[in-house]
Amino acid sequence: MSLSVSLRHVLPGIALDVAFEAPPGVTALFGPSGSGKTTVLNAVAGLYRPDMAHIAVNGDVLCDTKTGTWLPPHRRRLGVVFQEGRLFPHLSVEGNLTYGLRVRRESPDPTEFARVVAMLGIGALLARRPAALSGGERQRVAIGRALLARPRLMLLDEPLAALDAARKTEILPYLEKIRDAAGVPMLYVSHSASEVARLATTVVVIEAGKVVRTGPAAAVLGDPALAPAGDRQVGAILTAVVVAHHEDGLTEIDAGGTRLLLAGLDTGAGTQVRVRIAAHDVILSLEEPRGLSALNTLPGRVTALHPEAGAGVVVALDTPAGPLLARITRRSVDRLGLAPGTSCHAVLKTVAIAPEDIGQGV
Amino acid sequence: MAWLGPEEWQAVALSLRVALVATAASLPLGLFTAYALARWRFPGREILNGLVHLPLILPPVVTGYLLLLTLGPTAPIGAVLESLGLGVAFRWTGAALAAAVMAFPLMVRAIRLSIEAVDPKLEQAAATLGASRMRVYFTVTLPLTLPGIVAGAVLAFAKAMGEFGATITFVSNIPGQTRTLPSAIYAFLQVPGGEASALRLVAVSVFVAMAALALSEWLARRAARRVQGA
Repeated sequence: MSLSVSLRHVLPGIALDVAFEAPPGVTALFGPSGSGKTTVLNAVAGLYRPDMAHIAVNGDVLCDTKTGTWLPPHRRRLGVVFQEGRLFPHLSVEGNLTYGLRVRRESPDPTEFARVVAMLGIGALLARRPAALSGGERQRVAIGRALLARPRLMLLDEPLAALDAARKTEILPYLEKIRDAAGVPMLYVSHSASEVARLATTVVVIEAGKVVRTGPAAAVLGDPALAPAGDRQVGAILTAVVVAHHEDGLTEIDAGGTRLLLAGLDTGAGTQVRVRIAAHDVILSLEEPRGLSALNTLPGRVTALHPEAGAGVVVALDTPAGPLLARITRRSVDRLGLAPGTSCHAVLKTVAIAPEDIGQGV
Repeated sequence: MAWLGPEEWQAVALSLRVALVATAASLPLGLFTAYALARWRFPGREILNGLVHLPLILPPVVTGYLLLLTLGPTAPIGAVLESLGLGVAFRWTGAALAAAVMAFPLMVRAIRLSIEAVDPKLEQAAATLGASRMRVYFTVTLPLTLPGIVAGAVLAFAKAMGEFGATITFVSNIPGQTRTLPSAIYAFLQVPGGEASALRLVAVSVFVAMAALALSEWLARRAARRVQGA
């Protein structure tokens, strides 16, 4: 699957002018609220007619304003998951799930249905009405409904934005399963670095209607020069393998030969994980720290300093576990005399790495 | 209903038939018009809206006279219909037509309000799942507007049962043909000793109106329960 989008559209308050190619896997449209991400997704879904556009999936043109090609939304075969779920209130959960195949008069596949229902853990809800579901359950049903319509591409428009943190960590593993097991390619709109870090293979950063950067997730999110959704979102992504679980609830992972300890992980040994380490959770020390409560210490070397607008500086480091970012004050940089080439130690507080920052699979 | 005389019974039966036919026949057009007014933006939308509402604000006699001018036996359209054997003037079908025209604005208003209450985002979601516009309408919009449709149909039926001015102007007051319940009450009140018959018909009117209301309440509540999924 590859999606190619080139789009120009003027809306009150924003002029959209974007072009990008989404390779197979999960492509995240990442940027602050109001940057035009959803408008891009809606153009792919065919929910409005753009001023100028060329949109194609696998070479199949969905919309080309030059030639006047226009495929109406119901003939695009894209599974859309909206922020608010948009379940049909007059149908049961089962009726919602089978809607796509029913309206297209395609024959249902009981095995496929059972697999998706089991994957999303919604077997007990089938007879219920949407009004009787919790927010998280509703969103899982919405994901299942889109998936069971057998889409060639899933479009997810901030599917977790309306949920609280606990519900988010409830749903993210399901999205990872869809990415890894079902193999359905996705275009994922989000303004959350955690979600993007966990799910995306490719990130397209959109700001004020323009694409400002495209690239692999680790490279884009770990770029200190880029703070797309506010500076608290800057962070590096480490790829690691689960080594063992300890009795005290900690999990030991191996990142490039370095052992790190995390909390709140329940996947088996050998599982590949990606861990986002937010730059504001990293402390720097010139000497190997002793007598500190933090469990993870990594030796490293400063590669670059990126001063921010305020009092902060994002320090880029090279460590055996991979590149890391630390967000510290300008005053600390001066006091420690940090400069490219300086050797130092990065300290990570184990509990600062939230479950929503730890994703499974690649 | 042995206590009704043959003449009275004839008027009641005719009125029920006229009102049922008027409601059933205008429902598809009412659904379409309500949908167009609620969902589409097209030139002439305000004119259509005005036309639909005209019978509500015009004196019924004027509506009846306009019908006579266009569909009467000597009017151009009426003459064509007459030659095809489809003439409606001074026939029960004409009474049904007059009743339908008079009830149409009430029906369209109720249905339109219920369509406007349906979130277009649900219809969008249905489209992304592969439903054509037609299928979206029948699988999402129609079921969600069912309570409004029931209300509109019952309102139209009640209005059609009671329609008098346009009917008597357009199709006159012919016993067995166009003498509906209100026309019959009017006719009985014109002759000495007709008060008893008129009163019995009034009782029937009240009963039918109450029954229709109760039925619609019940249907609407059932439909609403289905829609809200409680």
